[in-house]
Amino acid sequence: MSETLSHKQEQWDVVIEPKTHLLQLNLKEIWRYRDLLQLFVRRDFVAQYKQTILGPIWHIIQPIFTTLIYLLIFGQIANIPTDGIEPPIVFYMSGITIWNYFAACLTSTSATFTANASIFGKVYFPRMVLPLSVVISNIVRFGIQFLLLLAFMFFYYFKGYPIHVSFAWLFIPVLIIMMAGIGLGLGIIISSLTTKYRDFAVLLTFAIQLGMYATPIVYPSSFLRNTSYKWIIEINPLSSIVECFRYSLFGKGTFTAGDLAYSGIFMLVVLFIGTVIFNKVEKSFMDTV
Amino acid sequence: MSRTVISVEHLSKEYKLGQIGTGSIAHDINRWWYRMRGKEDPYLKIGEENDRTKKGNSEYVWALNDINFQVQEGELLGIIGRNGAGKSTLLKILSKTTSPTKGCVKIRGRVASLLEVGTGFHPELSGRENIFLNGAILGMTKGEIRRKFDEIVDFAGVERYIDTPVKRYSSGMYVRLAFAVAAHLEPEILIVDEVLAVGDAEFQKKCLGKMQDVSSKEGRTVLFVSHNLTAVNTLCETAVYMKNGRIAKQGNALDVIELYSKTESEVINHKKWPEGERLGDDVSEIVEARLVDKDRNTITVAHTDQQIGIEFTYRVKKQGSQPVPNMHVFNMQGDNVFVSAEKSNPVLGVPGTYTTVMWIPDHLLNDGRYLVGLATSTFVPEKVHFYAKEALIFDVVEDMEKRDMDYRGKMPGVIRPKLNWETIKLD
Repeated sequence: MSETLSHKQEQWDVVIEPKTHLLQLNLKEIWRYRDLLQLFVRRDFVAQYKQTILGPIWHIIQPIFTTLIYLLIFGQIANIPTDGIEPPIVFYMSGITIWNYFAACLTSTSATFTANASIFGKVYFPRMVLPLSVVISNIVRFGIQFLLLLAFMFFYYFKGYPIHVSFAWLFIPVLIIMMAGIGLGLGIIISSLTTKYRDFAVLLTFAIQLGMYATPIVYPSSFLRNTSYKWIIEINPLSSIVECFRYSLFGKGTFTAGDLAYSGIFMLVVLFIGTVIFNKVEKSFMDTV
Repeated sequence: MSRTVISVEHLSKEYKLGQIGTGSIAHDINRWWYRMRGKEDPYLKIGEENDRTKKGNSEYVWALNDINFQVQEGELLGIIGRNGAGKSTLLKILSKTTSPTKGCVKIRGRVASLLEVGTGFHPELSGRENIFLNGAILGMTKGEIRRKFDEIVDFAGVERYIDTPVKRYSSGMYVRLAFAVAAHLEPEILIVDEVLAVGDAEFQKKCLGKMQDVSSKEGRTVLFVSHNLTAVNTLCETAVYMKNGRIAKQGNALDVIELYSKTESEVINHKKWPEGERLGDDVSEIVEARLVDKDRNTITVAHTDQQIGIEFTYRVKKQGSQPVPNMHVFNMQGDNVFVSAEKSNPVLGVPGTYTTVMWIPDHLLNDGRYLVGLATSTFVPEKVHFYAKEALIFDVVEDMEKRDMDYRGKMPGVIRPKLNWETIKLD
């Protein structure tokens, strides 16, 4: 009896220490808080459209109008080709859909610490739950916009435009996960840095705007093939994901397996660095935020 | 046999003062450079003891400094100390919202605190949705919340409004709902920070009541942080007294509270007015005041079952005047508990220095803090020669071991006389 007791004496549920291990992901703990994750996702989605007339329809209106503007400016005025993807409207819409997802993941995860300081200051739960919930609730939004894209594609199919249903469609979820991974990774790095230095929050807002132009969203990557700006597309890990996304949907896109592997590795590196910094910051950010 | 559920070992926490951000990148780089060379963090060494009343030179300060204590299962531990003594920092570390700089805390069981009432409530969501969200933030699973849902709604008394967004709630309803969720958490260790507990007296009472239930009926451990010495004394068996980030004393609640009263400057048990600064006029002036026990020894804390003497020394300067010493006793709420005046002595009119003492019988004052005003006055014609307001401030405490009834809570009332009761059986 006394033996088991003394043994039990050494078993602590929680040990609070100054330092953490670098890669303590605590997946077990996040799993224990999965209900909270789910409720945060629900909160994000429900709370956003309370007291609006159109509610979730706003998810549809925004990409439609953006697409029409892009169609006008980049298609009609600037005359940028769409890689032979017809009609141009689905070309722009596909780009906007996937870029919106990335931008939303990045902006909202990057505000994790500063936006939730009041909760974090009072109660403990694995901090990673919040950025994860943001990534997931954005998937719902992405889903709605993706269905809109499909609706347009079928609409034009009946108008006589071709539609490419192939096994490549199965690849789309992988691309979404890659986008989410990069958005999450960069987002948590920035959120960790903004706890001390707010400069990064300012930087981010225009970096995302400019980033869109460095990614083949309003132009196909083939458009830059023979120019001296080609390197921008090549070092941008998002390029191959966007191109592959278009290839899966329309059968046209410029990328290699190597490009995709580069994006995949980039995602893993960013997630790794993000986790390390996030773990370090989450323990003491209340003192510096 | 009780087991240790919280073990705090060499816990220290350092804070940087001033603006965070400007200049800290240089410190960060410097810190990193020291660590790379295997040296100790240069900024840890210069940290100063945290005393907000003194102006220090260092940019870094120790909010907690080498704290060690253990809490047993089922214990109701009070934590007392002045503002800035490190109580809240300690709680923050225990609830894992910030991490220590050095040392560690080991915990068995789930920790929850009543200081986080309403955390994560979203104004746009309905009461129902917020119960689930708030419960999950506090660490409950959906299943647990669903099981207790009716109980929570019932406790909060907001059944009619459960599907209304909480932003439409009155503030009272909001707090009740938030508290109901926290109260049904059933943690193994409950932390209550009275300072942060919002709400009216009734709500505070509810918090305290819940705390007692949790500890005595359910055998859970409670940490109670408070400025209210009486509440700590009546609720807790043991206490920790924190001062400037260190533990000044721990142990039996009454002993700790006595030391706290003695040490902290709010209590004045002895006061001398030096020549030239004495209050008074050409008839009489005050010299000295003391709080004494029945043997005329200076005491700092009085017990409810003890005779308390308030002694003061004054000078009479004018022949033939009749200054009468009198005392005014107030409680912390500002109520005048009583006024009493010396009237027995015929020698009052002769110039000289006098010491006079007023005896407050045992079992008259309730436990709590009292302020004493001292004066001498002439009644015909009426004139006050001096009135030393708040000349003495002292605490009356109760030894809970000696209480002669089963009720363990705070005895209400301005005074607490021991009265005779008579009951006869009629049939």
